[in-house]
Amino acid sequence: MEKIVRNLAIGLLVLIILAPLGLLAVGETFGEWGPEELQEKLGFVPPGLEQLSGLWNAPMSDYAFPGGGESMTVSAAAYILSGVIGAVVCGGLLYVVGKKVAKN
Amino acid sequence: MHIPDGYLGPYTYIAFWIIMIPIWYYAGKKVSTELRSRQVPLLALSAAFSFVIMMFNVPIPGGSTGHAVGAAIIGIVLGPWAAVITISVALVLQALMFGDGGITAVAANCFNMGVVMPFVAYYAYKLISGNSEITSPIRIIASAIAGYLSLTMAATFTGIEFGIQPLLHHTAAGVPLYMPYPLSITVPAMVLEHVLGFSILEALITALIFAYIQKTDTTILYGETSEEQKNKMRRAVPIEV
Repeated sequence: MEKIVRNLAIGLLVLIILAPLGLLAVGETFGEWGPEELQEKLGFVPPGLEQLSGLWNAPMSDYAFPGGGESMTVSAAAYILSGVIGAVVCGGLLYVVGKKVAKN
Repeated sequence: MHIPDGYLGPYTYIAFWIIMIPIWYYAGKKVSTELRSRQVPLLALSAAFSFVIMMFNVPIPGGSTGHAVGAAIIGIVLGPWAAVITISVALVLQALMFGDGGITAVAANCFNMGVVMPFVAYYAYKLISGNSEITSPIRIIASAIAGYLSLTMAATFTGIEFGIQPLLHHTAAGVPLYMPYPLSITVPAMVLEHVLGFSILEALITALIFAYIQKTDTTILYGETSEEQKNKMRRAVPIEV
């Protein structure tokens, strides 16, 4: 059990380090266009969408530093940091809560 | 697959909050009664894994990018209810902190990736595995198919949620208020890019991790008891001679 968890954790670490490779993947994702992209596609922005799309300003929107540079190194660093934050917060939260509720 | 704010109108996103609140509540209760201390590290690791695999973008031919979810293997290993919790935690953090997926749409995203996926995967895996030995190669194939089907099904749900928007919300002149494309575009778009791309990735990841667990320690799989526990149970039952 402990060995499996350790090895899977190592796998996860490798995945976090490699995650910035995904930044090389240029292309759009269906249904995740910003208002500007929709303006280009349709010639208008659906009014309800425009209103709701600005509802929330995430601190590290798109896994990047706020107002961060465009350089690949900075983006890659932000991406790895995002992965670390995500892994630590998600893993940590469930570990703490899990230990509290778990039966032996 | 992370639906942003603005793509779903209020009827749809509120409906998904109403659907998800009891599901989260039940999943929480179920996990807290069933969870054993030795499974906790695996539960924590699963949430971290799901978070990271979803930010790992891969391109597919045709100029689209997307990702696997990891929900299938989590559903098979920890059981579908624990998967609901782990994937929801990852999705909520992605929405709040990183703007990946909307705040209004987070319940819908949790439904598509955190409920549809692990349940489809778990039952597909169970059905195909049947009574085969826990170490049987059939189970690796079963896990791959489970991964493939589950992400494809989640994509189908997402496509339908997108496509009903122009029907539900438009101005008197017919201008769509939210997702502008109809079902005839959204469903094929979502399904095709997954069937030909991302679902294959989910299948590979599911099979790879399943094969590794199968080779090392099958007792961590949901519904499988260890020899130690079996012996305890045998001892607990009075021996009839």
